[in-house]
Amino acid sequence: MSEISSAESELIGGATRQFLRRRAFWNRFAAYWLLAAALVSVLVTVGIVYVLVTESLPFFNQVSLVDFLTDTQWTPMFENARYGVMTLVSATLTVAGIALAVAIPAGLALAIYLSEYARPAVRESVKPLLELLEGVPTVVYGFFALLFVTPLLQTFIPGLAGFNMLAPGLVMGIMILPYTASVSEDAMRAVPMGLREAGYALGYSRFRVATRVVIPAALSGITAAFILGMSRAVGETMVVAIAAGQNPNFTFNPTEGAATITAYIVQMAMGDLPHGSLAYQSVFAAGFVLFLITLTFNLIGFFLRRRFREAY
Amino acid sequence: MEADATRVVASGVRFQRLVAANRRTDIMMASIGILVLMVASALLASVLVDLILTGWPRLINPDFYTNFPSRKPEQAGIISAMVGTALVMLVTAVVSVPLAVAAGIYLEEYAPKNWLSDIIDINVSNLAGVPSIIYGLLALGLFVYGFGLGETILTAGLVLALLILPVIIVATREAIRSIPRDLREAAYGLGADKWQTVSHYVLPAARPGILTGTIVGLARAIGEAAPVITIGALTFIAFLPPPPVQSTPPFVNFDWLTSPFTVMPIQLFNWVSRPQAEFHINAAATGVVLMVMTLAMNGLAIYIRYQLRKHQRS
Repeated sequence: MSEISSAESELIGGATRQFLRRRAFWNRFAAYWLLAAALVSVLVTVGIVYVLVTESLPFFNQVSLVDFLTDTQWTPMFENARYGVMTLVSATLTVAGIALAVAIPAGLALAIYLSEYARPAVRESVKPLLELLEGVPTVVYGFFALLFVTPLLQTFIPGLAGFNMLAPGLVMGIMILPYTASVSEDAMRAVPMGLREAGYALGYSRFRVATRVVIPAALSGITAAFILGMSRAVGETMVVAIAAGQNPNFTFNPTEGAATITAYIVQMAMGDLPHGSLAYQSVFAAGFVLFLITLTFNLIGFFLRRRFREAY
Repeated sequence: MEADATRVVASGVRFQRLVAANRRTDIMMASIGILVLMVASALLASVLVDLILTGWPRLINPDFYTNFPSRKPEQAGIISAMVGTALVMLVTAVVSVPLAVAAGIYLEEYAPKNWLSDIIDINVSNLAGVPSIIYGLLALGLFVYGFGLGETILTAGLVLALLILPVIIVATREAIRSIPRDLREAAYGLGADKWQTVSHYVLPAARPGILTGTIVGLARAIGEAAPVITIGALTFIAFLPPPPVQSTPPFVNFDWLTSPFTVMPIQLFNWVSRPQAEFHINAAATGVVLMVMTLAMNGLAIYIRYQLRKHQRS
């Protein structure tokens, strides 16, 4: 603002004081308006935390936190309702674990290939393909997991239930693959050429440069990619809601069906939940747990990526 | 190990063999990468082919696109879902684009280096990772019950707008960042002030990048089912919302905002959740329509970006 007022005294012959004042006003007005828009995004987070806390607090008045965290039954619709959230967490982690077991090796291999081996022309045409894969709606993946992958797997694994955690886990692994591959490829490409050349000067082969130089140098970025991928797998909803079943089941056995946190929320939201009932609040308590898990992953991922960007 | 290899090379004894071994690992690594790529593309293709094959009888039937949902699978159609999706996307675009572009401009051009900017920055990246179902809970607790907006098109449009806010913010920031400093300095040199520079020069130059981000964000919003399910859209909708335009003054009509609705991913979910295989045919056909829409939108975004890059290079 000081620049404008000094300009005002100098320019007073050329431009009217009123004109300059109007310009100063619009500049300040625009700056405040833009700040307000940026603050809306903060309000969204505040709103999320507010809703989750206020709706689940009454829940914890009736269900003790110890029961919530240690009970292995989740039966909100029974006469004798029990709320052991670990039932839902076990299924969530099982599915996410299967997804990562697919996405980590495949994503790493693809990232190494794209950043160290592929010619630029190949890389330029592969990236759009990955974006297209990322753009497929998750309900479609759910349909595919239930009606294509599960019957296919049942021919190999006779005991596989119609709703199981294996098929959605595998499909989800392919689903988060483009994301983990492109984030870790970005991290690898950000490693300075000089480091690679130093490796070649020592007589390293390309494979050795990739595994001994590039991957260690890009490790925080690659780790961030997989932590953020984990966060996505934990929060993914439609694939598990369609294909993993909706029966809360404390198990880590991938051939059984079990409701994840997200599937439970969907299931309860489909029925007409009376506003303010314990079952209604349990949805928000489960959502709160989900939010805390993903928030932890997201923050770790954010700081790892930031540290990586600062390093190079 | 390395020292060993070097000595052997220096003596020239097993040089050929070492080169051959390195070449083998290179070929192996490249083939693993290509294999992963091929599996991923084969999956994309098989999803599409499986949907088309399963949904074919409904896809070629014009009634499918003009009928309402029905208890009889062979008469059920997606007209209410398509109209619902179009109207919800209208709300989403109108709300999210101005907000996200403004926030992106603020973060790139205005934000001073202080704790508040840091918080906004961290907040945007965290929002991008919040699961969509959590946005659904936000909408259920705040929009439906807190503000009393009910289970309406307006609520769905708002929640999807918040969901894609980070996508468009990030795209806007990248587009603005890629604009050379010279452009700004030329504008300042002509006597433009900050807002004039931003609104007359920076923003138009960033438009293709912002457009790309918006299309990608909207494509994501079209396919999202989770946040819309939680606000209670999974209903049997056998009517259309009142049209937004009418022939009598004032020609526009906002009653549709408060209408109950369904959208395409919800309709798909509804049909795939039923035990009868006849409904799965409808679900597959809906999936084809949905995938064609999202693939077309993402393809358009990729094309715009490609053109932009070609333009910048020349």
